[in-house]
Amino acid sequence: MRNAVILAATSALALAACSKEPPAELPPVQETQAPVVRATPTPTPTPTGPVAGSQAHFATVMAGRDVIFFDTDKYNIDSQDAIALRAQAEYLLQYPAANATIEGHADERGTREYNLALGERRANAAKNYLVSLGVGESRLRTVSYGEERPAATGSNEQAWARNRRAVTVLID
Amino acid sequence: MTTRIALASLIAMLASSLASPLAAQGLTLPEEELQQAEEFDDDGEGLTVTVTADSWQDLGIAIASFATNENVPTPANAEGTQALGHELARVVYADLRNNGLFRPVGPDALPRPTYPQITAPAWGTWRGRSAEMLVHGYVRANNDGRLTVGCYLYDVILEEELVREGWVVSPAEWRRAAHKCADLVYSRLSGESPFFDSRIAYIAETGPKENRTKRLAIMDSDGANHRFITNGQSTALTPRYSPDYSKIAYLSYTDGNPRIYVYDIDTGRQTLVTQSSNPTFAPRWSPDGRYLLYSMAVAGNTDIYRVPAGGGASVRLTFSPAIEVGGSYSPDGSQIVFESDQSGTQQCYIMNNDGSNQRRISFFGGRCATPEWSPRGDQIAFTHIVGDFHIGVMNTNGRNMRTLTNGWQDEAPTWAPNGRIIQFFRTERNTGETAIWQVDVTGENERRLNTPVGASDPAWGPVLP
Repeated sequence: MRNAVILAATSALALAACSKEPPAELPPVQETQAPVVRATPTPTPTPTGPVAGSQAHFATVMAGRDVIFFDTDKYNIDSQDAIALRAQAEYLLQYPAANATIEGHADERGTREYNLALGERRANAAKNYLVSLGVGESRLRTVSYGEERPAATGSNEQAWARNRRAVTVLID
Repeated sequence: MTTRIALASLIAMLASSLASPLAAQGLTLPEEELQQAEEFDDDGEGLTVTVTADSWQDLGIAIASFATNENVPTPANAEGTQALGHELARVVYADLRNNGLFRPVGPDALPRPTYPQITAPAWGTWRGRSAEMLVHGYVRANNDGRLTVGCYLYDVILEEELVREGWVVSPAEWRRAAHKCADLVYSRLSGESPFFDSRIAYIAETGPKENRTKRLAIMDSDGANHRFITNGQSTALTPRYSPDYSKIAYLSYTDGNPRIYVYDIDTGRQTLVTQSSNPTFAPRWSPDGRYLLYSMAVAGNTDIYRVPAGGGASVRLTFSPAIEVGGSYSPDGSQIVFESDQSGTQQCYIMNNDGSNQRRISFFGGRCATPEWSPRGDQIAFTHIVGDFHIGVMNTNGRNMRTLTNGWQDEAPTWAPNGRIIQFFRTERNTGETAIWQVDVTGENERRLNTPVGASDPAWGPVLP
């Protein structure tokens, strides 16, 4: 019963994107995410859907796993990030013509220049993980936006958690 | 550019030009002036000043309309040099009032001296208004189209001239003469170095928080002569004026990546600080303008580099796997204060200008970020992160840390050229609205600067030549 509700929720892209950070949701979402991850690697392109290998297709297939989140001032890849990055890698290996930009972001609770450096660290941490999974390094570009492109605009822990992120975007 | 006139020639010029207009203009009686002025004084802002023996801040300073030898048209003012003289005095008044150190009374509330009275003040008038100090000045249109502006500071009690100076300026730069006059008065009375005749580069911010437009902009130290430099199509951040004001180094996402460009103000052209595919940010000039520091991330690791401003090979100054970023030269150029998180959190470090002898200086609670060396050399301002962000100052050995501000997010201090005032920007919680503020190094006189739109990343340049 409870699992069914969670599964329905994770299928909604917006909610899945922020599944990691709100502490209240963490335990159940983590458990349900693994099966979802394994369910999607075999892409079943719908006739009218976005072109395979495009950003639109990637975002749809990733269903939120195109974004990974970090703790304050941190850039390490935790187990949950690894699950998302494995899904990204599988996609990129399946579509070898696709190239990607990994955007590194920070929350507003840092000084501007340090945040640019921190965004670099995060983008590169994600990139290195993808490369370790076999994605060609030349296919991956990184860019840091520091605190300049927040995904959530509030000034609270929930918003900051959503903004400490690395986003993988295919280059169309 | 202003031209400083030798005192002797200034006096000679003034004396010769006084000869004829004196008869034509005639002298206005002080009593008449007083009456006129009191009718004009509608806000009741008279000189009511209590003087304590050791506090020059409480000096009553009257800043009267600058007189002109002849009211003639000038590109600097549609109504001619007489109206311009009034505006000059208003700029001097605003500088000294906004600085917070004086309680001046401006030309709108004072009698207008005649041209001859500039060198022979009507002492009785000013004593009658309880003024202790008196600022007089004149403006004269020269045949070559430029303006001569004279500035005089008098001690009313002693009936004595304290200091005078004159400048020749183009009409477009008339405000600079007023700032020079304010600097003259400020320096003579406070014993501090001047700072009003200087400019500020900053980032103008508009639009929603998630998609903010950030443009490079410049303005005079009092907010006048405001100008946008970039159009906002790509995000601009963290500008720094070159010491001679000819260039601005800043970060732009012009090509989609964060990179430092050096923008030439005269030509409008800009060049990359270094040819590299790696992101570069946090530009800083050396005090002599010969070098630029920049921070560059290579494979995610940010370190500090130095490059000749005119181009050439870069020298890497830091080598740790941690983030080293920013940097600010000591005034003599021999040392650099910078931030690093090699201890686990952002802290402030000092190194020699070749990267040797790196050592941490901040050991108080919280984090130390964006350190800026005072132009006087004795202190370092920084962003003190203790949850909220405050502006702090400390000695160059990290001791005697003092917090100057108490906002939710105050960051990125920049020093006034005389090292007495610090500007920074304050971000409002949730809305993300930003504004430039300033505070005295004593922690007093905190105030917000007027800018046309939101404002961040202020960078105060030196006093103009």
